[in-house]
Amino acid sequence: MADAIAALGGTVPGAPADAGAARSRGQGVFAQLTRSPSGFAGLILVVLIVGMSVLGPLVVSPPVSDVNLAWNGPSGAHWLGTNGSGQDVLKLIVRGGQVVIFVGFGAAALTTVIAVAIGALAAYFRGRFDAIMLQITDIVMTVPQIVLLAVMGAFFQLDSPVALAALLGFLTWPVLMRSIRAQVLSLKEREFVEAARLLNLGTWRIVFVEIVPNMASYILINFIIAVTNAIYALAGLYLLGLAPMSGSNWGIMINDAWTSGAMFNPLAVLYILAPVAMIVLLNLGLIMLSRSLEEIINPRLRDS
Amino acid sequence: MAVANPEVSGVRAPATNGVGKALVKVWRNYALRRVLRAIFVIWVVATAVFFLVRLLPGNPVQVYINSQIAQYGVSYEDAAASARSYFSFDPTTPLIVQYLQYLLGLLHGDLGISIATRGVPVIDVIGRYLPWTLFSVGIGMIISIVVGLLLGMVMAYRRGGVIDHGVTAVGSILHAIPNYIMAIMIVVILGAELGIYDVGAARGTITSGVEPSFSLSFFSDVMYHAQMPILTYVLTTAGTWALVMKSSTTQVLEEDYVMVARARGLGDNRIRGAYVGRNAVLPLVAQIATQAGFVVGGAIFVEQTFQYTGIGASLYAALQTRDYTVLQGILLILTASVVFANLIADLIYSVLDPRIRVGEGEA
Repeated sequence: MADAIAALGGTVPGAPADAGAARSRGQGVFAQLTRSPSGFAGLILVVLIVGMSVLGPLVVSPPVSDVNLAWNGPSGAHWLGTNGSGQDVLKLIVRGGQVVIFVGFGAAALTTVIAVAIGALAAYFRGRFDAIMLQITDIVMTVPQIVLLAVMGAFFQLDSPVALAALLGFLTWPVLMRSIRAQVLSLKEREFVEAARLLNLGTWRIVFVEIVPNMASYILINFIIAVTNAIYALAGLYLLGLAPMSGSNWGIMINDAWTSGAMFNPLAVLYILAPVAMIVLLNLGLIMLSRSLEEIINPRLRDS
Repeated sequence: MAVANPEVSGVRAPATNGVGKALVKVWRNYALRRVLRAIFVIWVVATAVFFLVRLLPGNPVQVYINSQIAQYGVSYEDAAASARSYFSFDPTTPLIVQYLQYLLGLLHGDLGISIATRGVPVIDVIGRYLPWTLFSVGIGMIISIVVGLLLGMVMAYRRGGVIDHGVTAVGSILHAIPNYIMAIMIVVILGAELGIYDVGAARGTITSGVEPSFSLSFFSDVMYHAQMPILTYVLTTAGTWALVMKSSTTQVLEEDYVMVARARGLGDNRIRGAYVGRNAVLPLVAQIATQAGFVVGGAIFVEQTFQYTGIGASLYAALQTRDYTVLQGILLILTASVVFANLIADLIYSVLDPRIRVGEGEA
């Protein structure tokens, strides 16, 4: 599914691209972002949630379990109520984003690096390597990713955030690799690549210093989309109970609330809605941000 | 997504001997080549899944022994003995032998026998649960595509209007929410909070005791159980279709032949249907095909949330018990359906656009 979103996302223009904006790319991106209402709102959402999740654990003390306070509704002392072990839900929310965000960004970074490296090299060299990589992506893209993820999650003991990020990252690179490859195919015919080749700059330098930076904005946008996909996939793993349930984060909260039937308890509904809302808001912010970036930067390759 | 890759097919064309020539001939035929590749992909996936599920930690016998110890407090030896008598599956058989048996069975259309539920053929497990998934996903997709395409066309015709802005905003938000998160929100908000439907009663695919028949009561019972999964699929995909259709229609509206049709004085309805609509839908055919496969894949989470006992729920159960054969079977069926959906989309395209057929054949 993550795949499908990405595949469709590639062809959904968020809004008519602003042709004038493309000219001034590279400078004033931030200034333009503040002028686009949805992009700015997205940026604020992302900064607030990521800031809260990164700084939260340093400021807020871990919530204390108190059986006498189990399933209390929202009150002055506990704004979002308490969970089944009497822990303050608001504290859990503030402290629960760190792992989710770490895994999301880690997995996205890994998947982007793999996709760019393989995609760029395959397109540059063509030949057998290219053919084999295409065949592999063909096959990997055939298996519904979320199912593969569920299977891998069930079998591997994913007891660390790093392992989770690695698994998510390794499973999701083929779609992006295909589009990077397509872009490099067209880029490598440009004059500056020919010039670099004549200067004998060396393959490594031509591919990663001359060609890849031309796709920087495109890569950034896809990195953001990859973050959202990874976070959602992680939420799915937690929902099915296929990721380790040690510690506390938004995914574990959803799973805990779900298995303890919090949605049927009017006082506890916030315990399940709050983490769901955090995940959805974070991803919504990221997507709004990426849409606006797309409009502002309007990657060169799009209009060629 | 799976549209022809001239580079790939070019690689394996060379062959010189007699059999080779026949192969080359087959390879030159676009449709046959597509079918061969589809079969190849399915074989690779079947092989990969086979080894994947076995090489990873935990096996069905171990899971059974652990659950016996946990449930009845029996000793490890007793549990192991009971496992030996319960399972016809022996984890010590060499992998390669198991693999060859599996492939041989596949060639006969035999997916093997469930390990965890003794004696039940995998094909029966799939036959019992898959139709429910296809039913709910199918209805959901149809509603979603019809609604999405119509909205998309309206949006393209009235760009900048209220519908355009509204659907774009809502569609972008819904597009950003995966179906299992949507499923949770539906259960929590529509089910538990607002009480629009009964979460408990809607579990399963039919109410127990209701006999399958061609009657209105049976149909309404089926729909009662499937309505929320269907709603989930529609909500999460209709907006996306609308956005894709809008951009496709916008492009077609700028084509010369639309202007010519207008100049010829053809009626608006005729232009909208035969000229704009039909051409705008074309690029979406492949997406519809691939999307169908992924929605079936995503159903594992949605069905688990609603306790709708389709193929997703049975995949989840097979994961829990490490039921290798059922896992293999379900993954194979899911993959095969994606491959066939792509194959059909490719073949439809090759009929619609002869350039694909010719272009790749000469590669």
